[in-house]
Amino acid sequence: MVHVSATPVLALRGVSKRFGAVQALTDVELEVHPGEVVALVGDNGAGKSTLVKTIAGVHPIDEGVIEWDGQPVSINKPHDAQGLGVATVYQDLALCDNLDVVGNLYLGRELLHRGVIDEVTMEQKARELLSTLSIRIPSVRIPIASLSGGQRQVVAIARALIGDPKVVILDEPTAALGVEQTAQVLDLVERLRERDLGVILISHNMADVKAVADTVAVLRLGKNNGSFSVKDTSHEEIIAAITGATDNAVTRRAGRRNTEAAK
Amino acid sequence: MSDTSKVSKAEAEVAHQNTVAPSDDPTAAPVSVVDPRLLVREEGLKGYVTEFKRKIKGGELGSLPVFIGLIIIWTIFQTQNSRFLSADNLSNISYFMSATGMLAIGLVFVLLLGEIDLSVGSVSGLASTVFAVFVVNHGVNAWLALFLTVLTGAVIGAMQGWFFARIGVPAFVVTLAGFLGWNGLMLWLLGTSGTINIPAESGPVHLLGQSSFFMDQAVIGAYVLAGLGVASMLVGSFIDQRRRRAAGVPFRPTSEILLRVGALAVASFTAAAVLNNASGVSNALVIFLASLVIVDFVLRRTTYGRKIFAVGGGIEAARRAGISVSMVRITVFAISGGFAAVGGMFFAGQTASATLNAGGGNTLMLAIAAAVIGGTSLFGGRGNVWSALLGMLVIQSIQTGLDLLNMNTSIQYMITGAVLLGAVVIDSVSRKSQKAAGRA
Repeated sequence: MVHVSATPVLALRGVSKRFGAVQALTDVELEVHPGEVVALVGDNGAGKSTLVKTIAGVHPIDEGVIEWDGQPVSINKPHDAQGLGVATVYQDLALCDNLDVVGNLYLGRELLHRGVIDEVTMEQKARELLSTLSIRIPSVRIPIASLSGGQRQVVAIARALIGDPKVVILDEPTAALGVEQTAQVLDLVERLRERDLGVILISHNMADVKAVADTVAVLRLGKNNGSFSVKDTSHEEIIAAITGATDNAVTRRAGRRNTEAAK
Repeated sequence: MSDTSKVSKAEAEVAHQNTVAPSDDPTAAPVSVVDPRLLVREEGLKGYVTEFKRKIKGGELGSLPVFIGLIIIWTIFQTQNSRFLSADNLSNISYFMSATGMLAIGLVFVLLLGEIDLSVGSVSGLASTVFAVFVVNHGVNAWLALFLTVLTGAVIGAMQGWFFARIGVPAFVVTLAGFLGWNGLMLWLLGTSGTINIPAESGPVHLLGQSSFFMDQAVIGAYVLAGLGVASMLVGSFIDQRRRRAAGVPFRPTSEILLRVGALAVASFTAAAVLNNASGVSNALVIFLASLVIVDFVLRRTTYGRKIFAVGGGIEAARRAGISVSMVRITVFAISGGFAAVGGMFFAGQTASATLNAGGGNTLMLAIAAAVIGGTSLFGGRGNVWSALLGMLVIQSIQTGLDLLNMNTSIQYMITGAVLLGAVVIDSVSRKSQKAAGRA
């Protein structure tokens, strides 16, 4: 069983976001606890990416409150989010093909030794990090171009951990991966949970979600459409919440009958 | 197919090292003797041979085409004219390559971004004229004029970089406009006379002139330089090895360090002996070499250099890592302009004058060809500044050789064009096979 503490590390309360005439998010609620994997699911255009970008500071929110460790905070720039401890791994991998693994892990955060890039300490720490995450790559000194898609994805996730974040957002980390690579990435997600990080996992793949997530938050048309505990929810119920299939003639009649019976 | 098997072999190697690692401290990174940067490396001479074959197959040609090209070029010219490999002629090559070499250094920065600066030739010509106007027409102190000239070049470069980075005009169009515009400004400044003679004894012009040598032609001077280079590489390598060993990360074995330092020692002391046979090491060459060392340090060991490589390798990745892409672009073009101006000073030093021809003709082509021939990719993110040195050796050998044979300018232009095309073809083909081998 996963231990979940009382105060969520990150909580969104009634968050709304508009783009011109489009209401992208309406009164969205989301809670992430340390050591919890929250899967964020929904159809295309449901607002998953927008929600993640508001947390990452790419789009400031219009209404609502973002709470960090129970305290309201304002996230207006990516820098604010990084400062709090939110690390985002985007769908298109943000890695430089020509730099080696160490260079990519520390890109923009190079360790210095007397004003000069400290390759030795960086390499040492990179090897430590990769080995604690049980990441297997041929060498930390080969260019990213030489790595497979799965290896790149785990490097991208490892890169997010360099800044010691508390919440890691993974935007469809397994979308382009094969069976074995997907397994590697899912293993890694579990290891993030073991390190007591809060993880927000965006995925379209219900099998992945069922495999690693503790909670599933469903978005539909920019609104919450249910939050389920993965343990006691069936595959079909989640799919129904995503597609809105619960809202049809049969369910409406059933709902009416129930309310009439209650009277 | 062969590449994947190699990767898995390397993985097996890593796994093997893991079992070797001391078990009492589970956090300690496994110490391996062979540097795993080199995917599969056996120790000893055989390791070098297999590694070399793998790199060639994978399209990582590095400096190999340069050395082969240089041997071919030197052989051809030597058979045509026996004076080609004489100490005097080699000394000439070393002196005249410094000027265009300075332009090539600036271009390496721009090429690392995957961009091109077509204005460096014109900027260098303009710079020599600006210097002459300051010193001759306005009587400004020569060193101050040098500073103002280099500043002019940097400002011109920054301006072009601004149009590229902020307005979004393609770099090649901006710098093509500069190519024409700065040349026009130079002609306007020179006016009807067409030439401004600079007093040859004025500070920087004398320093960069053909009769200015390191330590006043003392025989020991050349060996001091060679010894300095070899010693600093030796000490640097061993310090690095000690730090890596202490940190428990792979390090170069002592045999490899000695081999590399030995190769550098042979090359530099031979060069020193040859130059001493002529008249010594020209100060222009010393400044060129010193610039290479400094720029190499900046590119490889500072965060600024890392940013340049990052922008060249993936703009979006660089931006997400918090790097200001437009700042990097503007400064890189400013550096390119600055080095072009320094190159212009070298041209002024060669003739002690500012002329209509300075920085014109095929100067730009030669500088680009030098950087690319030396192994800096036109596609960005790959290369190093030593390519400016290696490429210039090739280019200047061709130039000097053709001069010795009294070839017409028409022939020179055609050959320069062919060499540039050849260099770019090698770059493109090697990039293709690197992609096929999963290394690009």
